[in-house]
This record gives sequence, structure tokens and C-alpha cells, in this order.
Amino acid sequence: MITQRSIEEGAAMEQGKTNPNYFEACSICEMNPEDMKRLGIWKNTNIRVTSECGSVIVKAIEPTQYCPPGLAHIRQGVWANQVVPPRTQSTGTPQYSGFPVTIEPAPQEKLKTALELVQGAVGLWKGGQ
Amino acid sequence: MPKLITGVGCPYCGSSCDDLEVLVSDDETKVLEVHNSCIIGSNLFHHANDPTRPRLPRQRQPDGSIKEIPYEEAIDYFAKTLLAAKKPLIYGFGSTNCEGMSAVGRIAEKAGAVLDNCATICHGPSFLAMFDNGYPSCTLGEAKNRADVVVFWGCNPMHAHPRHTSRYSIFPRGYFTQKGQMQRTVISVDPRETDTAKLADVHLMLDQGHDYELFDAFRTVLKGFDIPETVAGIDRETIKKSVDIMKKAKFCMIFFGMGCTHTDGRNHNIDAAISLTRDLNEHTKCSIMAMRGHYNIAGPGQVWSWQFGFPYCIDLSKGTHAHMNPGETSSIDLAMRDEVDCFVNVGADAGAHFPIQAVQHLKKHPFIAVDPNFCMASEIADLHIPVRIAGVDEPGVVYRMDNVPIQFKAVLKGLPGVPSDEELFDKVYERMCELTRTEPIWLAAKEHRKYPHNTNPVVS
Repeated sequence: MITQRSIEEGAAMEQGKTNPNYFEACSICEMNPEDMKRLGIWKNTNIRVTSECGSVIVKAIEPTQYCPPGLAHIRQGVWANQVVPPRTQSTGTPQYSGFPVTIEPAPQEKLKTALELVQGAVGLWKGGQ
Repeated sequence: MPKLITGVGCPYCGSSCDDLEVLVSDDETKVLEVHNSCIIGSNLFHHANDPTRPRLPRQRQPDGSIKEIPYEEAIDYFAKTLLAAKKPLIYGFGSTNCEGMSAVGRIAEKAGAVLDNCATICHGPSFLAMFDNGYPSCTLGEAKNRADVVVFWGCNPMHAHPRHTSRYSIFPRGYFTQKGQMQRTVISVDPRETDTAKLADVHLMLDQGHDYELFDAFRTVLKGFDIPETVAGIDRETIKKSVDIMKKAKFCMIFFGMGCTHTDGRNHNIDAAISLTRDLNEHTKCSIMAMRGHYNIAGPGQVWSWQFGFPYCIDLSKGTHAHMNPGETSSIDLAMRDEVDCFVNVGADAGAHFPIQAVQHLKKHPFIAVDPNFCMASEIADLHIPVRIAGVDEPGVVYRMDNVPIQFKAVLKGLPGVPSDEELFDKVYERMCELTRTEPIWLAAKEHRKYPHNTNPVVS
């Protein structure tokens, strides 16, 4: 798994992180179509991505920029950081790219908003937007 | 009558474009149009029009609700919280001006805090490599005017720095590069076929996380030795061809980004990149540059190096001298070890951009966010203090990714009563001095301060 910038993420972030465009831009996982087929995932359905430190529900889409089989990409942001390992190899920089994940179909699961994920993680989420 | 302001700097990415034109309303309170910018810059300026922008500090109450409080009360809380903490962490500064960065340094010193900036989760490993191996770099102007071979290694400017390729690296016509793109050979090294890779003449789609091996293979070929048939998923012939292009360049420019610093190897990848640059200089001219993310993330590296001798991860808790040791004094590591007992987030969004486990650790203690807008950090903070937006309604000095300082303009009048980062930190510093019964010597020494109003400015 890698998590990097995209122009859609940047443009939406500057409109505000509670803006629906930010949700649209960042709550997705770009996957190679062959991997999707192998894992029984339909494009534009939800999946669960699990790493050594947590899991997140995101929507699987075909890559906007080609990803080879075995590599997936969640755009930098709130959803990506639910699964980014905080280990830093003693440099201070977390493992934002190149960490193993398990991806499984989760078509019945709902996507959470940015606020729900972050406030929920620290016990402040009270529902609503 | 709307007013067109020219030569405006864009406060988004490290390209720090300074050729924007912004049309503002006649009362200078609304952005009407933004010319020359990318979509991100345009959205940023228009976002300043948001009528819901906070105008007063917002404090979280015991029942979890938010209450607006006056600035004086917020400054008092800020000062007392910092003084009460044994080891506060002040983090952020990707999106503020150098004046604010300088002012916060005095607070950090007074509080015995750890001072860190976004480089810690971004180009921190690049700093480590530069300390070890030097930084044979140049300005973006030199890249534009001279570079006929441009390498993008682990970076995707078409998305992260949208105008970089048109202003500096691929398309512009320079003094020795008068044919623009026609005269430049572009090499992209990326595990994905990014939109930058699509522009490249050669795309090396390496196996993710194997940058070090590939840098090493480049160096080996350059020194005339043989390499295995395949290195990092790239065949020998493609590597040799790429090295040959770089070797025969009149001026080769290597840009590197998060693809190298966020993955396995971290600083060692950059170390190898710098060594490759040095090796290439035995054959031709070659330079290297980090693709810094924010418009002024090079700023804290400059300002704090003058103040404390270190660019980031600065531990001032000893009280006598600054100490820097990434891995030990870096934000994520401090958070994960529960070593800090107060967190201040300034002009960045740790809530959204730190791994969530680090956020959970930081939230165990008082959490203060200083940000012009609502963000994830502000929505989990105990106190959110709004400030002006540097580069939109507050002018200031910023350092572009090549460490060139640029004076940014303000295009709007600031929201009434909302201070700039610098004013806010000066007020917090003054309050901390009052509480500790010490002289605010820093404020007296600031000749061009805005707060408190300087009645005896030194005129040279």
C-alpha cells in the first residue's frame, strides 16, 4: 500500500476537510483491476483495508494513475492515516508508503466521514456531520 | 470597483508561484477571481471568502460542546497550559510565514518545548541525508535556464506541485533551454504510471520500496561496472540507457519526493541520490532538489536554524541548549512513546495527516490548534484559536522549495479582531513572561514588531 498526494485531494482539502469533495476525493482506494477480480471486488464498491495497526472502509476504484498488480493507493488524508503504521525507522517519518495490507470486499459496510473517523478515534464523536 | 492585485504569491505548494493575479472586491474583503494559479491555489484563495470562518477562539467544554471565548482568555489558557506542561510539543508551520515561525521559537524556548515542523513527516529523512552527505543543489531558476535532463524520482509534480513543470522543470523556455520541452529529456522513476510519468521520455516503473537498489545500480553503471540483469524490477538495458542520458546531459537536474522519504530506506535513499549527483558531476553538471510540499516548509528550516542551530525536531526542554535527534525528538516518536504532555498544532493538520495512533496518544493531554479554518485538529482540540491566513490576509516572508526567500503579499483585509500567527505568539509570549515574572526581552528586541505597538522603532 502507498499513500500519496493527488490533485483532487489537494483541491478538495483547500475547500475544507468537512467538504463533501474531500470525502469523495480521499475515501477511495485505487487498485489494479486484476487484483479486484482476484479478490472478488466489484469496482466502486466498498472494501476493508487492514494493516498492522488498524483498518478502514474505503471505496475500491480502478486507478486514475496506473497501479501495477499487488500495489494499491489510498490518497493522502484521513482515510489513509487510519492504516498508516506510525513506525519511523528512527527517522521521525512514519511508513506512509510501502506497508503490507489485507484487502477484502465489504460491500455492506458504510464509509465514515473524516470527522467521524478522527473524532471517533479520540472518543469525541457524537453523531451527525 | 474591484481591484486587481498582481505579483501575488500562492500559499499552497513548495513551488510558491509568485505570478498570481487576484481580483478582490473594492472593500478588499472578498476574493472574486484568481488568475494564473492551479486549481488548488484558486480554491485556497476562494476558501478565504467562507462566511463561516471562525472569528473567535473556540474552547471545548467538559460536556464536549464548543464555546466561543475572547482572545484574552484563550491567550491566558495557552500560556498557562504551556507553562504547566513538562514537555509540550509545538508542531506544524507548513502554512505560515517566517515571522510567525520566529515568534513561536521564543514561546518554545520559554516553555521548554519540543519544536517541530511538517518536515518531520515529509522531507525529514532528506535533512538527515543532507547532514551526512551534503546538498549539491541550485535554484529553480537554474533548473529552468540550464537543465536539459530532468529526473523526477519518487515525486509526482503534476499532482503535488501542479505548476512546477510549467514554471521550472519541463515546459518553460530558459536562457540555455530556449526550445523548452523539446530540448529536455524527462526521466520518471515511480512504481505507478503517474501523470508525471506519462510526460516522461523514459519511465522506470520500479518495484515499490526498492529505490535504494536502483540508485545503487545507477551509480554502479556510472562507475563502469556491470549490474545484474534486473534491478528493482528494471532491466539492465533501461538502467544503462537512463544513466547514459544523464551522463550526456549538459545539465542534469534530479528532483526527489515522498516516494523516496516515506518508504523503506528513508534517508538512505536520499543519501544514495546525493551520491549519484556527486558522481554525475565527474562527467557533467548535475544538481539535486527536494520537492518540498508546502509553500513555506523550507521557512522553519531556515528560521529555526538561525535561532537554534537545527531545522526541525528541536528539543528545548533542557533549558540550556537545543538538542536534535530525529527518532528521539521527532513528533511521531514522541507521541508514540507518550513523552509529551501538551500538543500545539499550528498551520498544519496533525488530526488528518498523522497516523491515527499518534493522534490518539497526543489527545491524552491538552491539545491546542492554531488555524485559520476548521480542520481535523481544530475539531478534536481543547482550544482552537483562529488566525489570519498567511499569503491571503497576512503578508510575510516565505522560503520556496529551493530556499529562495519571497515576500508574499496580503490580498484581503484580515477579519476584524483576528490576529496573525506572529501577533498571537507575541501575546502568548508576553503573557508567559507576566506569569513567570520575567522581562519580555524578545518583544523589546523586535524592532519592527506589530505587537505591542512599537513607539520607538529603531530607524537606520
